[in-house]
Amino acid sequence: MATVGRAALLIALLICAYGVIAAVYGALTGRREWVESARRSVYALAIALTVAFGILELAFLRSDFSFAVVAGHSSTSTPTFYKASAMWSSQEGSLLLWVWLLSLWSSLVVFLTRRRMREVVPWATAVLLGYGAFFTALLVFAVSPFDTLAQPPADGAGLNPLLRHPAMMIHPPMLYSGYTLFAIPFAFAVGALIAKRVDAEWIRSTRRFALGAWLVLGIGIILGARWSYNELGWGGYWAWDAVENASLMPWLTGTAFIHSVMIQEKRGMLKIWNVSLVLATGILCVLGTFLVRSGILDSIHAFGASTLGVPFVALIAGMSLGSIALVVWRRGLLRSEHRLDSLLSREAVFLLNNLVLVAMCFVVFWGTFFPLISEAVTGEETSVGPPWFSRYTVPLALILVLLSGIGPLIAWRRATATNLRRTFAIPVACGVVAFLALLFVPGVPQKPLALAMFALGAFVAGTVGQEIWRGTRARRAMTGEPLPLAVTSLVRRNRRRYGGYLVHLGIVVLFVGVAASSTFQTASDHRMSPGDTVRVDGYDVRYVRATAEVGNDPSGTGAMLSLGAVLDVSKDGRHVTTLRPARSFYPSNSTASGPVEWLVAGEPTSEVAVRSGPLKDFWTAVNPDMTRFQEVIDQGDKAVAADIPEMQQPMVAFRLLRDVIAPNYVENPPPAMFRMISSPLVAWIWIGSLIAIGGGLIALWPAPDAARRRATATLRARVAQDLGRA
Amino acid sequence: MDPARKRRFRLVAALTAALVLAGGLVYTSFSAGSPAKTPSELLASAEPGGSYKLTGKVVEGSIRHEGDTLLFSVRDRDGTTSVPVSYTGSVPDPFREGREIIVTVSRGAGDTFVAEKDSLVTKCPSKFEAEDDAASDMS
Repeated sequence: MATVGRAALLIALLICAYGVIAAVYGALTGRREWVESARRSVYALAIALTVAFGILELAFLRSDFSFAVVAGHSSTSTPTFYKASAMWSSQEGSLLLWVWLLSLWSSLVVFLTRRRMREVVPWATAVLLGYGAFFTALLVFAVSPFDTLAQPPADGAGLNPLLRHPAMMIHPPMLYSGYTLFAIPFAFAVGALIAKRVDAEWIRSTRRFALGAWLVLGIGIILGARWSYNELGWGGYWAWDAVENASLMPWLTGTAFIHSVMIQEKRGMLKIWNVSLVLATGILCVLGTFLVRSGILDSIHAFGASTLGVPFVALIAGMSLGSIALVVWRRGLLRSEHRLDSLLSREAVFLLNNLVLVAMCFVVFWGTFFPLISEAVTGEETSVGPPWFSRYTVPLALILVLLSGIGPLIAWRRATATNLRRTFAIPVACGVVAFLALLFVPGVPQKPLALAMFALGAFVAGTVGQEIWRGTRARRAMTGEPLPLAVTSLVRRNRRRYGGYLVHLGIVVLFVGVAASSTFQTASDHRMSPGDTVRVDGYDVRYVRATAEVGNDPSGTGAMLSLGAVLDVSKDGRHVTTLRPARSFYPSNSTASGPVEWLVAGEPTSEVAVRSGPLKDFWTAVNPDMTRFQEVIDQGDKAVAADIPEMQQPMVAFRLLRDVIAPNYVENPPPAMFRMISSPLVAWIWIGSLIAIGGGLIALWPAPDAARRRATATLRARVAQDLGRA
Repeated sequence: MDPARKRRFRLVAALTAALVLAGGLVYTSFSAGSPAKTPSELLASAEPGGSYKLTGKVVEGSIRHEGDTLLFSVRDRDGTTSVPVSYTGSVPDPFREGREIIVTVSRGAGDTFVAEKDSLVTKCPSKFEAEDDAASDMS
């Protein structure tokens, strides 16, 4: 099978090479059959890569350890669900996933544009296949996923327990979908520049792809945050880690892009800005892929140094220089059709929003690459921490929220005083009322930035509410529909607009959750023995008893041993909830340790216990003191090694762990370290994301355009008739 | 002012503002960043009271708990020079002997170092990496 996989990749590479040549030749000579052939090679690429992807995924599911990648990243004891996702925990598998997704999206876009944009599509096809060629070449020459082992091991190394979380199934594919989807507007922007067709058509054709990329990248980022909150045992959802930042940067420029293209569509302005944004986004996506995989920056995601540095840096440098050269070369075509009439206009607000987003991206970029920059400048590697990021991103986020409330209301071209009064009275009142009310909430007035975020949040919510209400009222006046129907048909007829409003609302809810939870969080660490009680943020937490489970892991991650604690949480003497945090231990992959120790010497993970509520989350993690436990294990190992024949040692060791060592821990538990975090409104981060995702889906959903086209066709026919008669 | 000059004035003002902001950003990053040091560099050059990012490997057999405080030593990536660190706060899951870590420390009395609360970061490999056996042959 590995041979078939290798062949599929080789064929894919040849297809890419042929397709690029065919597309460029077709574009230069205007011979349609060559362009058609290039388009078909995109489909063929998708097929070849699907075969390769399928073979590798099948090898993972079948635990075929003759594949080196499978042996290195999966094992028979890895639960099936995680076997499937172990594929993209490997460098080879993740690159294959990347290029496979790229081939699927490329096929979709060349299919959708098969009868349109004759000048642009060939160049865009060439760019997309060029991407494909780069990644397939890496897979063929540098990191082959189909390397085989002459002597397959009996069992593989297994998937790192930290990665055994349901998000592993969707977080990486979502991020990679986002990265690859952004390649499509990038390719079309390049195509439009080369073919001198820089009107809004390439934007219209790829708008859905840009929006889809923005949406799935956002979902990927949020899933990562959620994962970090629930799995990593430190209780945070965002750490300004290099790899998190890498996915945030294209998301920020992508957000700027989907706003500023509206100005190009409506007013023919900002053309240079738009192509630059989309080119930058495309480059940042490759940079993001590179950062995840290269380990050039210290990150919790450092997957080990890789050999891909040189080709990736070459690709990124090539893309950057090529983009700049293209924009400079075509600057004459990119002149604005209109001027900015007034700073009090929607154009100006959108422009400002773009500047803020790009500034944010620059802050993140600078902070992320600061270790490299400072090493280059001062010779000393220094890094900046979360406080530095917050210092700049928080004020920028406040401005952004303010603008997201103003943008939808202010008039195009030039807003008049009447317009401002009429549209802003209610939202501003919402903001002011929230501000005044919050002044009376104890603790809040001391935190001006959080207070500002809450007030601005109310302002934006007022904006969105007012817009939906006014639209509904107008619709009801026109059609007399009942209220619920009027709301749905309003949204259905203006999906992009109202979807966008919902996204604003969701993002603001998310920001409010972030502001509240980061500002008003109480975190503390406690060393406790059963019977001890500590007080955290008004909650009394009692360590009731210790637990130990062997070979029985309720969350299905394949843990061998779970040492846990039962915590009784009460407030003012009333029972609130019972939490059961635990720490899971996994079998080791090295054979060096004794038979009992082997069972638990793998990477341990925290199973946190959280009580989520609309107002407050109470989050706990436990870390048992392993010193005495380790002594017991060592004694067990000695006993097993002395008395038991080697063949039976694993079985005896397992029984010893289950029947003696674990019960001993429960009866006579050593003190354990607990981390307890009480943070308000965390739940609203996830609720806000869901609202934003819902809004994004509404905006993305195809408009009923078949019906519209039919209607306009009839209208056009009638006008033609009238003209003919006149 | 005629419109063209007004526009140019605006552009210059906006660019100046952007440059000033970017300058501030660059300046603060250099003053706020803490230099990353290996244990031997730290011993050679750390000033008492200065804040440093210590990178290295946790020494085998050095982890101890004293009440809420975690004590361990960090050694050079490829060497044996090590410094003792006392740490409080959250311990990331992958923290263990032999693992690469980054922690923000300041120099205490003599050659001991006190870590900033919650500053411990552990590098997490994507798979179990057996230290010196077959796994490394495959890469």
